[in-house]
Formats: sequence, C-alpha cells, structure tokens
Amino acid sequence: MKRARLGKLLGTLALALAGGALPAWGKSGWDELNMPRGVTNVSTRIYALHMMAFWVCVGIAAVVFGVMIWSLVFHRKSRGAVPDISLTHSTKVEIVWTIVPVLILVSMAIPAARLLVRINNNTDSQLSIRVTGFQWGWRYQYVGSNVSVISKLSESSTDASMMHSGISPTSVPHYLLSVDHPIVVPVGEKIRLLITSIDVIHSWWVPDLGVKRDAIPGFINQASFTIAPDKTGTYRGQCTELCGRGHAYMPIVVHAVSPAAFQAWLKQQSALDKEAAAGAPATAVTRS
Amino acid sequence: MAESHDIAVHAEHDHKPHGWRRWVFATNHKDIGTMYLIAAGTMFLIGGLAAMAIRAQLFKSGMKLFDPAMFNSLTTMHGLIMIFGAIMPSWVGLANWMIPMQIGAPDMALPRLNNLSFWILPFAFTLMIASFFVPGGAVAGGWTMYPPLMQQFGDSFPMLIFAIHLMGISSILGAINIVVTIMNLRAPGMSLLRMPLFVWTWLITAYLLIAVMPVLAGAVTMQLTDHFFGTSFFNAAGGGDPVLFLHVFWFFGHPEVYILILPAFGVISEIIPTFSRKPLFGYEAMVYATASIAFLSFIVWGHHMFTVGMPVAAQMFFMLSTMLIAVPTGVKVFNWTATMWRGSLSFEPPMLFAIAFLFLFSIGGFSGLMLALVPSDYQYHGTYFVVAHFHYVLVPGAVFAIFGAVYYWLPKWCGRMYDMRLAKWHFWLSVIFVNVLFFPQHFLGLAGMPRRIPDYAPQFTDWNMVSSIGGFIFGASQVLFPYIVWKCVRSGKPVEANSPWDGAHGLEWELPSPAPYHSWTTPPSAAVLAHGAEH
Repeated sequence: MKRARLGKLLGTLALALAGGALPAWGKSGWDELNMPRGVTNVSTRIYALHMMAFWVCVGIAAVVFGVMIWSLVFHRKSRGAVPDISLTHSTKVEIVWTIVPVLILVSMAIPAARLLVRINNNTDSQLSIRVTGFQWGWRYQYVGSNVSVISKLSESSTDASMMHSGISPTSVPHYLLSVDHPIVVPVGEKIRLLITSIDVIHSWWVPDLGVKRDAIPGFINQASFTIAPDKTGTYRGQCTELCGRGHAYMPIVVHAVSPAAFQAWLKQQSALDKEAAAGAPATAVTRS
Repeated sequence: MAESHDIAVHAEHDHKPHGWRRWVFATNHKDIGTMYLIAAGTMFLIGGLAAMAIRAQLFKSGMKLFDPAMFNSLTTMHGLIMIFGAIMPSWVGLANWMIPMQIGAPDMALPRLNNLSFWILPFAFTLMIASFFVPGGAVAGGWTMYPPLMQQFGDSFPMLIFAIHLMGISSILGAINIVVTIMNLRAPGMSLLRMPLFVWTWLITAYLLIAVMPVLAGAVTMQLTDHFFGTSFFNAAGGGDPVLFLHVFWFFGHPEVYILILPAFGVISEIIPTFSRKPLFGYEAMVYATASIAFLSFIVWGHHMFTVGMPVAAQMFFMLSTMLIAVPTGVKVFNWTATMWRGSLSFEPPMLFAIAFLFLFSIGGFSGLMLALVPSDYQYHGTYFVVAHFHYVLVPGAVFAIFGAVYYWLPKWCGRMYDMRLAKWHFWLSVIFVNVLFFPQHFLGLAGMPRRIPDYAPQFTDWNMVSSIGGFIFGASQVLFPYIVWKCVRSGKPVEANSPWDGAHGLEWELPSPAPYHSWTTPPSAAVLAHGAEH
C-alpha cells in the first residue's frame, strides 16, 4: 500500500513535469512499480527473495550514502573543514568492510540457492505440455493427448498494432497481451513445460507463474509450475528474448481452471481436433 | 620547477607537421588522444540520436514512428555505437593524453602503432553506420548478436562483423601500446605501486582487452562462416549449438563491461582525493580490488544466461562468483567514501560528476546484486529492470566519469579554464534527468515490460512517458558539453599555474599549462617525482 502511494506521489510529480499533457488512461499505470507476487509457490518465494534483496540493498545504501552525505555536508572546505591527511589507511577498518559484506552476501545466497534447487526440480509432474516458439507465436502440445494449440496475437491487437492503424491501444482489450487461442491448464497440479523453438531463440515468460525459460532450437528446456488451487484466472506474459520484428507481438495467455473444467476442455478440444484432422489439412505451424 | 622551465623552452621548437599532415600522420600522444576524443564524441552524438529515436517510439503505447524492424536496428546500433564507438574510444583517448604525462614519459612507447590503432576506427565506424543504408537495413538482432536470429539479416551482417573485427584490432593495438608504455616508460623511481590509479586501472583494462577482444572476433567469425561457408557452429540443424555462441560471447561480454568501467574507477580515484584535499584512502587495496574485479570478470559470464537452461550446479557457481564481485567493488566504494571522510571538500564540476558517480554507480551495483540471485533473475531477465541496471552503471557510471575526467584535465590540456557556471548547469541537468530517464525503468521491468520491444501494453505508458521526457532533456543538455569544451579551447581564461586545482597531486600537474607538445622530454627528477606524489 505504502509503495502504491509513493507511486502516485511520483506519478503526480511526473505529471506536473509533463505540464499536464498526459492523457488520462483507463487504468492507471503509476502503480505498476513492483514484481507481482504471482499465483504459484515459486513465484511468491521469488517475490519474497526479491524483496529481501531489495531491503538489504536499501539498508546498505542508507549506511553508505549516509556516511557520504555526512561528509558532503560537514567536511566541506566552505565550512572551514581541515583535511586529516594522516587518514590514508586502516587495516582494521579494511578487514571489517571486507568481512561484513561477505557475511551479508552469504545470508542472501543461502535462501537463493535453496529456492534455485527447488525451482529446477521438474520431477513428479501431472501434466506435460510441449511449448514450441516460432516467429511469431507459440505452439502448445498436450503430451498424452492429440490436443495442440497454436497461439498468436489476437486479431484486435494485431489490427491495432499495424502502422497507421489509427486504433487507440486503450480501446483494445489487453492490447499486445491477448492471443487468439489461449492455453488452458488445471490449478493445483504440477505442470511441466518442455520448451523448444523451430527457428530462433525465444523465451517463454509468465510473471505470475514465476516461469521464464528460453526456447532454443535444438534444445528442450524444462520448467514447471503449480498454480495454487484457489487461483483460477487468466495470466499473461510475453516473449523475453529478441526474436525479430514480431518479438513484441507473441504474447502468452494462460487460463487456469479447475481440474474438472480442464478435463472437459481437453475432451472438447480433442474432439474438435479430430474433426479438423478428418476434414481439412492441419494448420501449418508457421505463417509467413 | 627547473624541469618545467626546460620543457617550456623545448616547446618552442617542437617539430610538428602542420595542416592535415599533423593529424593523418600523427604520432603525438596528445594529437592522437584528441582525435580519439573527437571521434568518441561524434559517435556519442550518433548513438544518442538513436537513443532519442528509441525513447520517442516508446513515448506511449501504440506509438508507431518506426517499423518494428527499424526499431530493432535502432536499439542494436545504439548499443554497439555507444559501447564500441563512444565509451571505449573515450577511454583510449584519455589514456593517450594522460598516461605519458602521469608516468613521466615523453609520449606513448609505440607512436606509429598508436596512429594505426586510431586511424582504423573511422573506417570501422563508417562501415558500421553505413549498414543502416544497405538493403534490409542495419542488423537488428541486438548488440549481443545471438544466432540464429543474427543469421537472418542481409548485407549489413557481414558489414557489422567486419566493423567489429576492425574495432577489435584497434583495441588490441591500443591496449598493447598502453601496456608497453606503462611497463617501459615510467620515470625512474615510479615503481608499480607508486603509479596513479588511472594508470593502474588502465593497465588492468589493457590486459582485459588483449584477453577478450580475440574471443569476440572468434565468435563473430564463426557466425560469418556459418552464414557464408556452410559451417554449423551455431546451427542446431547441422549439429551445432546456438548456446555455444552465448557462452563464447559472454566470455568476452562480461570482461567487456569492466573494460568500460575500470578506467572510470581510475578517474574517480584521481578526482576525489584532489577535491577532498586528502590522499586516496587505501591505495593498495584499490589496486588489489581492481585486479580482483578483473579476475572475477572472467568467471561470471553465465549470469547473463541464467534462463538458457544451464545445469543447476552451473547456475549456482555463476550466482556465487557474481555475488563475490560485490566484495572488491564494495571495497572501492568504501575507500572513496573514506577518502572524503574528514577531508576538505569543494564542489568543482569534476568533483560533482565524481560524487554523482559514487551514488548512482552504487545504485547500479545494488540492482546488479539483485540480478545475481538466480531465482529473482528468472523474473528480471530480459526486462527493463536489466536495461535500468546497465544504464545506471554505464551512463552515470562510465559516461559521468568521462565528463569528470575531461573537466578535471581540460585546463591542463589547453591551458585555459572552462566556464564553471555552464559546466555546473551541464552537471545538474545531467544528474537530475539521468534519474528521471532511468529510474522508472526499474518499475517497468518489475511490472513486466520486456526489453527490446517497439510497442507495449497501455499500463506501461505512464512510466515510459516519464522516462522519455527525462531522456529528451538529458539528451538535449549534453549539447552543452561540446560547447563548453569548444569555448574553453577558443577563449577560456588562461591558467597560469601548473595546476588550477589546489588539491591536485601527480606528475601531470608538475608540467606547465598548457602541457608541452612532448610531455616529459627528460624524465622528472626524484625531487619532481616526490613533489608530485607529495602527501
């Protein structure tokens, strides 16, 4: 809450700076200040680690900047300060300011290392999804079923993103963060992603899930997440590795639903896909 | 003082060629240093214009000044121009000017090599910038040039690679010259541990350059042969490995960031004692800290690629080695702080830039520490948080140190004083708006805005606008700098004393102002050396 208020204050300041020329947006962006807590165990622990590191840095900054500011104020020539030229080194102080940072670093490294091991444990998953990046979109294949989803930027966002479209991005729902075919996953189950690419390097990122992993041609990377059972909803992310002119236009949308709803969706999708396979040739993965 | 008098007499019969020959055939370290600085300034301007274009495009969501491909070219070229065209040549220019004066040498050890290493650069820069105008436009794969994306560009691709080869050769030759000069031309009595910190940091930087520029050349050459000669170093379809490029590139790339910042540490270590009127605190610790940072820079490259899927053990190693860098870096910051402690501070422009460096570089260091923690990095990687981090260390870090260095030594170079009032305007506009420009980018990154995107979701508009406004004012206020320098050289008030700064110590201040064309034609005597190093 306090941070949000600080954001508003800074925002008002910036607004004054811009001479009030800023248009009023539907949703305020001034509160967009910090990492989301997210909806997985991992994402909340990453958030906690991030905040811990942040406050440690604030603490160190308060001490170091405090000493600097003290000197700037009280040890100035205009105040008649006389330099103490004998002060050129002190082994004792130098040992202290080498050891203390080491201790602080160790205290930060331990929780980070624990979490790192935990994040990279991809065993015991209940569902695997093959994620394939391409220029520019994502293909998802649900392992163990014939369901495959090709997910590209939604039509409304695509239209608005064209040069000279004349469409205001605020009039488009979730501009650049919506897709034509979102993927659907169950909450409360451990989901493993097998991530690769068919052309250049991409990176699959959904901040609320705490997952970011590169999609690299020739490699299959793993990542996994478990969405908290009460956190059904829609989570959005973007490609985070420069992949050409469409890099900003290949978002990720994940619908998290109850396991029962997921099974129903999977069945329906499977039937649809069979129908499509019987009728027309399958959709090509790439579209030039 | 007798020495300086002799030099003044010598100065009357310098045999220097006049007209264009003086510059094209230049072998004098000051002339070459000046050319380096002018070239760097020009590239800073071009890279800055690219930055302004980027900030204009990012002013609000849905802004479409440039096609996405053109936008990617702009970010790519902005990075390459600023790193290889602006900051690195600035440091070489300053090294050329200052190292012979600071160690008591008449010139650089290898003057003709010096000429070559400079005159390669205009060709490299022309080639790099000309790539904007070939079919398909400039390379748009980011300054990191990752394959396979890099393989998708047209004629600009070999042009950029050739430009990098040329810049690499130039850097290596320059670095060799600096090492040879420092090792061989020091005044009698100036042992290694009596060298000024700027000389020390450059010595270490020169070794870094010699070590890693060939690595970069190798990496881009492998891309070249992948593209034109059918090899598959980085092509998975041919049995190659795109991640190999990342490893090789960052083995160059991380020492490279210290190539950009170590000379800045040297400059700050010169300026702060002068305007605190106190010797540098912990001189030896500073030298060892610099060497440790340089060593560690070779074993941390993996922290640029935590999301590529390295084994956990490797990620752990790179996290811990990266965190270790905070220790020697902390030692440096603490030593600078202790130098100011109980000093007698005054706030001339060089000191203002040095103080801003201390605070703002530290902020870049803090975000660097946060980025080192792998789990958090999974969220930060590839976002504006990273952009904010490296701009904090490079702009109020390296660039402010360059400004500080020029404001510190310019009176010695041209024997005239610049307009202090204007220089302070330059400082205050820079320091305020560099923060307006880059601080909000931390928020944007944390809130989820990826880097290198030409358009973004509407909720990111507010802070992007603030950042862009800060960028425009920061960019515009940099015009003051060449004006201040030009005005100083043309019509600044002459500086009579050897040193305009009452707290300055070091051999360069034992020379008359302006410094004679050939710096120390006879080595400084023990008395001059002692006077220079006094207190």
